Amino acid sequence: MTTILGVPLVALFGQLLLGLINGAFYALLSLGLAVIFGLLRIINFAHGAQYMLGAFGALLFLQYLNIDYWVALALVPLTVGAIGILIERFLLRRIAHLDHLYGLLLTFGLAMIIEGSFVNFFGVSGANYPIPEALQGGFKLDFMFLPTYRAWVLVAGLGMCLFTWFMIEKTRLGAYLRAGTEKPQLMQAFGVNMPLLTTLTYGFGVALAGFAGVLAAPIYSVSPAMGSNLLIVVFAVVVIGGMGSIMGAILTGLAMGVIEGLTKVFWPESASTVIFFVMVLVLLVRPNGLFGKEV
Amino acid sequence: MSATQSLRASRLAKAVAIGLFAGLAATTAQANISDNEVRIGYLDDLSGPYSDLAGPGGYEAIRMAVEDFDNKVGDKKIVLFQADHKNNADLGANTAREWIDRRGVDLIAGLNASPVAIAVSRLVEEKNRFAIVSTAAAASLTNEYCTPNHIHYVYDTYSVSNGAAKAIVANGGKTWYLLSADYAFGHAMEEQVSKAVAENGGQVLGKARHPFPTSDFSSYVLQAQASGAQIVGLASAGSDLVNAISTAQQFGLMDAGQTMASLMVFITDIKSIGLQTAQGTQFVSGWYWDMNDESRAWAKRYHERTGNMPTMVQAGMYSSTTQYLKAVEATGSDDPKAVREHMIKTPINDMFAKDGRVREDGRMVHDMYLMQVKAPADSTSEWDLFETKSVIPGDEAFLPLSESKCKLVNN
Repeated sequence: MTTILGVPLVALFGQLLLGLINGAFYALLSLGLAVIFGLLRIINFAHGAQYMLGAFGALLFLQYLNIDYWVALALVPLTVGAIGILIERFLLRRIAHLDHLYGLLLTFGLAMIIEGSFVNFFGVSGANYPIPEALQGGFKLDFMFLPTYRAWVLVAGLGMCLFTWFMIEKTRLGAYLRAGTEKPQLMQAFGVNMPLLTTLTYGFGVALAGFAGVLAAPIYSVSPAMGSNLLIVVFAVVVIGGMGSIMGAILTGLAMGVIEGLTKVFWPESASTVIFFVMVLVLLVRPNGLFGKEV
Repeated sequence: MSATQSLRASRLAKAVAIGLFAGLAATTAQANISDNEVRIGYLDDLSGPYSDLAGPGGYEAIRMAVEDFDNKVGDKKIVLFQADHKNNADLGANTAREWIDRRGVDLIAGLNASPVAIAVSRLVEEKNRFAIVSTAAAASLTNEYCTPNHIHYVYDTYSVSNGAAKAIVANGGKTWYLLSADYAFGHAMEEQVSKAVAENGGQVLGKARHPFPTSDFSSYVLQAQASGAQIVGLASAGSDLVNAISTAQQFGLMDAGQTMASLMVFITDIKSIGLQTAQGTQFVSGWYWDMNDESRAWAKRYHERTGNMPTMVQAGMYSSTTQYLKAVEATGSDDPKAVREHMIKTPINDMFAKDGRVREDGRMVHDMYLMQVKAPADSTSEWDLFETKSVIPGDEAFLPLSESKCKLVNN
């Protein structure tokens, strides 16, 4: 059997695939952050809490309203996005003229309030969300057993990423958004309703986090801390990819998932550190990130 | 009389006075309750990852014990404090110090996270107060770090890992793969399980340590599957445990014939994972609500107050606080040495333990239970989650005194 550093090649295929699946989550979340940062110049520290809201949204819809997974997949991101719109409209807009630091502090505070209240009502252990019936079971591949749901996560996550990329890079609305990122006052002068565009953009970024949350609900324990555990890694991914690049966020997310996955085989103890190591290297060599433009 | 002479005389008088006073103080301390109140401080993780298994529920359990004493021992009032140590040893030790110095707290209870428990046990030894550790697991609390001022009540890393490994190897689980959390607790468990598996004729085929906390366990599950071991031993707690078991189930680890053995499980974890996913998991526990009439009756009272069933830790907090208050009542004193001596002499028979006894190293020795998570079809109610596979007698469950590293034991 062919081996690399004592690990059988077939085992590596499995780890690569798992890395891609985790990478899909990183990509989805860093994409939302990149979109929000691009237009609002806000480092959205509430992103993890909003992702957690997505997972809890799916769980609560199922428990209290008997809304199944497929409906939740559409409904929950809309709900979480609507909460995002309220946050932008009533809180973030008031401090939009101040330094970016205030936005960071505000969203950080919001994240703590949201997580704290969820701990209060639901405890820290969290709950289990059943895998939808159609996606139970798995495929027996040559090199591993791949649960159907994980395959679905990869497909749905990448699909949503590409959809977002298409919307921003290839449509008229996306063109407004990109132009607004560069010269908001000029866009306003051309008659584009910039405040509305800003609100919707934040709502969309937050909805992406909610979508990732619903995707995550059946595989990770739905608990109040699930977002904050992930958020720091996702920020590192954004730094590596470079702020403001859509494709950069997607590709970096996937790549970091794979690198982390391989580290779990060769040196498990450092799996949580490797992404930060890459981040430091990238900051030293390309301070604007791999795909970033001059800020 | 010269000036020096008068100085000498006054010094002598002072010395006599101090001696008299000290002697007096010593006798009053023996026969009396300091500050005329029994003050108990509950120090634990009230908001973090362990707040479900101990947390506010633990405070409620201690309050139940105090209320059962009608809030007083004899005619001395019992006063209760609580604080969140956020699993931080500095914060825990500072809170305990403040309690002892400024509020005259006599007993510190709860104490999750081994580093916090160790820090506080050192402090109570220095200040001559008392501590009962219920939540923290490190067996070193009654070995390297034993003191004459604390006892360790519910369980420890030795009793849960050693007991589980022994029982499972005896039932035919000869080959193991070990996955443990990469910090002191995980390392200790990994070492103890490896030793117990080898001693009982089993073999550890492979091991991995995961960072704390980890949300995605799929990679480790794949490695465990590749090892081909019969038993996948898990030395993780809280959300890590929940995620690891769910992931193993999704990847068909149990369906392919491998068995998960979790070395540290609380009822709240299994409630969170759900029976469908966790079924068949084996582990060792110090207590379960559905053991006998007494445990059921107490758990019912607890459930009425909190809406949850108690974990073994929360039950242990009720039991240990009750035993402490009984000792204070019997000795008429809250002097730590007197109370501890009385607790060592008195066997424990209550809703938590039968014929439990506190050893001189501070270890409370009682029967432990090898449990298995029920299949959904066998569960008759929301909290009917485990069945008892076998009882591990206290003397086998805990580290024998002859192997103890405690300074209070002559080895």
